[in-house]
Amino acid sequence: MELLTILLEIGQGLAGLGAGAAAIGAGLGVGRIGGSALEAMARQPEMAGDLRTNMIIAAALVEGVALFGAIICLLVALG
Amino acid sequence: MTERFTFLFLMFGLCAAPVLTAQHHGTEASEAHEHEDLLDDDVELQGGENHLHNHGHDHGDHHGDDHEDGAMFDPSPFIIHHVADAYDIHLWGEGDGAVHIPLPVILYSKKHGLDVFMSSAFEGHGDTKKTADGKYVMSHGHIVIAGSQDHHHDHNHSHDHAHEEFELYDFSITKSVFGMLLIMTVLIVMFGRVATSYRTNPGQAPKGLTNFLEPLVIFVRDDIAVPSLGEHKAEKFLPFLLTLFFFILFANLLGLIPFIGGFNITGTVGITFVMAALVFLRTTLNGNKDYWGHLFWPPGVPVFVMPIIIPIEVIGMFLKPIVLMIRLTANITAGHIIILSFVSLILIFGETSAVAGYGVGVFSTAFMIFMYCIELLVAFLQAFIFTLLAAIYFGEATQEAHH
Repeated sequence: MELLTILLEIGQGLAGLGAGAAAIGAGLGVGRIGGSALEAMARQPEMAGDLRTNMIIAAALVEGVALFGAIICLLVALG
Repeated sequence: MTERFTFLFLMFGLCAAPVLTAQHHGTEASEAHEHEDLLDDDVELQGGENHLHNHGHDHGDHHGDDHEDGAMFDPSPFIIHHVADAYDIHLWGEGDGAVHIPLPVILYSKKHGLDVFMSSAFEGHGDTKKTADGKYVMSHGHIVIAGSQDHHHDHNHSHDHAHEEFELYDFSITKSVFGMLLIMTVLIVMFGRVATSYRTNPGQAPKGLTNFLEPLVIFVRDDIAVPSLGEHKAEKFLPFLLTLFFFILFANLLGLIPFIGGFNITGTVGITFVMAALVFLRTTLNGNKDYWGHLFWPPGVPVFVMPIIIPIEVIGMFLKPIVLMIRLTANITAGHIIILSFVSLILIFGETSAVAGYGVGVFSTAFMIFMYCIELLVAFLQAFIFTLLAAIYFGEATQEAHH
């Protein structure tokens, strides 16, 4: 039983690691989106408004995926 | 210029209030200890009533922020309590001094039939409360029929009977339901007035509330509905999309207003599930032949890949609304949890020393203001994304073949 409790505690601690990994995923994804959007805006300043809208949409979708990971880690940590 | 300063001052003052309440919590926790020592003597002498007094002080720390020895503030139950639904609106205060707005509790069970009463009927302190007639018990925020918890230790043969006997259907007006009714009233009143103003002043420039809402409605129509659905079909789906957009927007904003009890409407899976299910139903019911054709026999795909592609497409059909639901819930709940974590930070540091509490309080409040700004953006963005994806799914379902 001792071992089991220890393993459960480790499992809950790993949830923190998982949440961090989800944050890394979000950072990389949104960073790439922002980067390419800025490049495109530099090439074609007149399209800036359109590009900005699409960038925000793509960023929200990618963040959604990262937050699934965060929610699952939260459930693991609290359940 | 002065208006800007006043505004900033007000916002800072509003957000400094958590710092002040945090200090109050910190000192209250330490006061409770001293009182406990004094009361221990009385407990032996008197028993009953002081038992309640003791619990009263324990209840002062009960909102998750203390253990039996009362030393450490535990942020986990504190955060969960503020993100979850509740049977009353807890405005401020702890324990006996708490200011609650009780809400109706509506229960139906085979054992007791229909019961309607206010949530203030639950009396007691700590995590478990009972109604006066002893019929129902609320433990950790869940209502069960009294006596169903005694059966926890029974083994399998009485398990089924226990479940049947103690089945409870809960139709209560909880905090989230109350919030939804509030938003519904606001939307009906607001848009009713806007509609009548268009009817009574045809062809004139809109004023006031109409003027405020018109850009948003036109935004939903021209930037969300028409690009995905085309001009003719947009009319059919526009009422649903507008309702979706404004409901989610107002629900998100309601969750951000401090000091009114902390609503978390769109962060509840039940509510977002219903919205996603409605989107799914509408796409399924409005799907035309091309939609189903593309789903079960995607064009331009070689035949030997079909056994892989078709299950993926079918799963995708169900997965898209589920993802819609989780995206909204996760974004809103995560935002609330971040803000609550900053508050917990103040409380944790405030326990060690008042100076640490104040110091952390300043930075924490600054971060909280920053997070609030991001949360305002997220509130609008999530409403926009939900509506946009719903429009895209409707567009997919009703698109003409373009070969």
